[in-house]
Amino acid sequence: MPQGEYLGMTLTVLDLDNENLAYFQHCAEHDFHLQRCVDPECDLLRYPPGTACPWCSGREFNWVPVDARGTVHSYGEVHHAIQPAFRERAPYMILLVELDTQAGEPTEHEALRVAGNLVDADGNFAGPDLVKQVGIGSRMRMVFADVAEGLSLPHWTLDEEAEQPEAPWRYPQEVNGV
Amino acid sequence: MTDIDTTADKYLRDKYAIIGVGETTYTRGSGMTTRALGTWAIKNAMDDAGIPASEIDGMMSYSGNDSTASPMLAGDLGIRLNFYMDVQGGGSSSEALIGLAIGAIEAGMCETVVVFRSMNGFSQVRIGGTGARASVPVGGDALHAAAYGWFSAGQSFSPTFMRHMYDYGTTPEQVAMVKVIHSEHASNNPKAYYKQRVTVEDVVNSRMICKPLHLLDCCVETDNATALIVTSVDKAYDYRNTPARILGVAGRVCKPRIDMHFQHGPISTVAGHYIKDIIYRNAGVGPEDIQCTGAYDAFTFTSMLQLEDYGFCEKGEGGDYVSSGIMRLGGERPNNTSGGHLCEGYTHGMNMIIENVRQLRGEVDCYCPQDDNGKRIHSYNYAPPEEGGGCRQVPDLEITQNLGWAMPGTGSSLIMRKG
Repeated sequence: MPQGEYLGMTLTVLDLDNENLAYFQHCAEHDFHLQRCVDPECDLLRYPPGTACPWCSGREFNWVPVDARGTVHSYGEVHHAIQPAFRERAPYMILLVELDTQAGEPTEHEALRVAGNLVDADGNFAGPDLVKQVGIGSRMRMVFADVAEGLSLPHWTLDEEAEQPEAPWRYPQEVNGV
Repeated sequence: MTDIDTTADKYLRDKYAIIGVGETTYTRGSGMTTRALGTWAIKNAMDDAGIPASEIDGMMSYSGNDSTASPMLAGDLGIRLNFYMDVQGGGSSSEALIGLAIGAIEAGMCETVVVFRSMNGFSQVRIGGTGARASVPVGGDALHAAAYGWFSAGQSFSPTFMRHMYDYGTTPEQVAMVKVIHSEHASNNPKAYYKQRVTVEDVVNSRMICKPLHLLDCCVETDNATALIVTSVDKAYDYRNTPARILGVAGRVCKPRIDMHFQHGPISTVAGHYIKDIIYRNAGVGPEDIQCTGAYDAFTFTSMLQLEDYGFCEKGEGGDYVSSGIMRLGGERPNNTSGGHLCEGYTHGMNMIIENVRQLRGEVDCYCPQDDNGKRIHSYNYAPPEEGGGCRQVPDLEITQNLGWAMPGTGSSLIMRKG
């Protein structure tokens, strides 16, 4: 049973939680995978891991590698942390990153929007200067935080190879310089 | 859906009513159990209706394992139950359970149902997720949220609120007006936990909690219980007060895939987008007929997003709507005349239903002088009490609507008329 301490929290994936076990195992190998529906007429990816296909109700799927790059669709920026270990990391960003893969499918408003915190290229929580650079429209790539054997969490960092928007959209009011 | 005959008996429009409402004080540190709080609120609702325990035979409640179950309270109060049901849930449960109570009565399972919510939301299980709740182990689906410090309601909803600002140019100052207006209403409400009127500057200069939410964009955490009594119209007039008749209800209507609702956009659209097609059909009225709203205000943004998606204004114009003065007492369609969750107290939508029941009776509590029977002689002067105002009764009120919120992807609604 993958289990580890992470930022003061005990994270656990139960042995019978097959979908999350596989998802986090791929993350532990730093090789992002999602479930793809096996029905050839559907063939859609889904996130987060689930027990059936949200578009055709099919229960059969394969894990397939997915290019983990995308654009910030929206975010929250936490200044008053609630969980104790996050307090020293505030302000921290909760990013909702829309993957390039399957964006706008199966309808124009749908996409794979993968959550994560903003971290630097080494996987450390972003400091205030980096937080200030990221907003809606920022181009991101995935990095992983290793928690335990078989359990790593996906996070997001600025994609150095991508063309970044001149000024990503950010909430208009700054607090303590962020 | 337009070819459905909603006057058919199955729609139950206007056939049920709320005959009694009651609550405890809204405090921080009740010094009693949720069982004692619940008993207090239900007894107040019974006294309000003038109904004895022997004429109540159903009870329903909802909680997140932070309350006391119906059979305990029924036992304490001498109510023998033919039906009870306690469900998991928070916001949006109140309206949904009223609908289920109607269904239970209609099915012949019971005749008169108490719906209650009892919670020590400040002193025991803190709604904001602080205290003991912040340190619980994280597993299963929470690995995709709580592990990221994405945990409290404000944190969870913030991408929805932020995207609305991006999509439509909504400003912090516009949204702050929700708090400003609700604080004006609360200043005239003797029961409100926060009675202080605040300004837009107060809101946008208050401490940042989670962008785009300042401290004063967030509701208050309180200890309290609330209760109401539902029965059929053929019995409703046997009791003390003019019943509030139920025109329609919609319960826990969802956006697609709410466990991952951010996958289904636009994410700045909320469940009201779907609810409006059910509630207005069932009630036989439209938003233009609603004179007073109770739009759930866990946060300033939640009132705005719902009012917009129910069609009280065009999509994207919620910022203009909430900052226009329409929602003010004395405005075209007041919202949360008690001060709501932002100011009166937090009880998952029940207090806003109670408020609208009293509004429809013309009997909200305020600072107006009382006649010999203790009834308020309303001045309709909405200035603060110290300036000679202190009223919060809406005049000539016929139809109200409650807009219940669980999260961006789930909501409920209730439309009532004066009996």
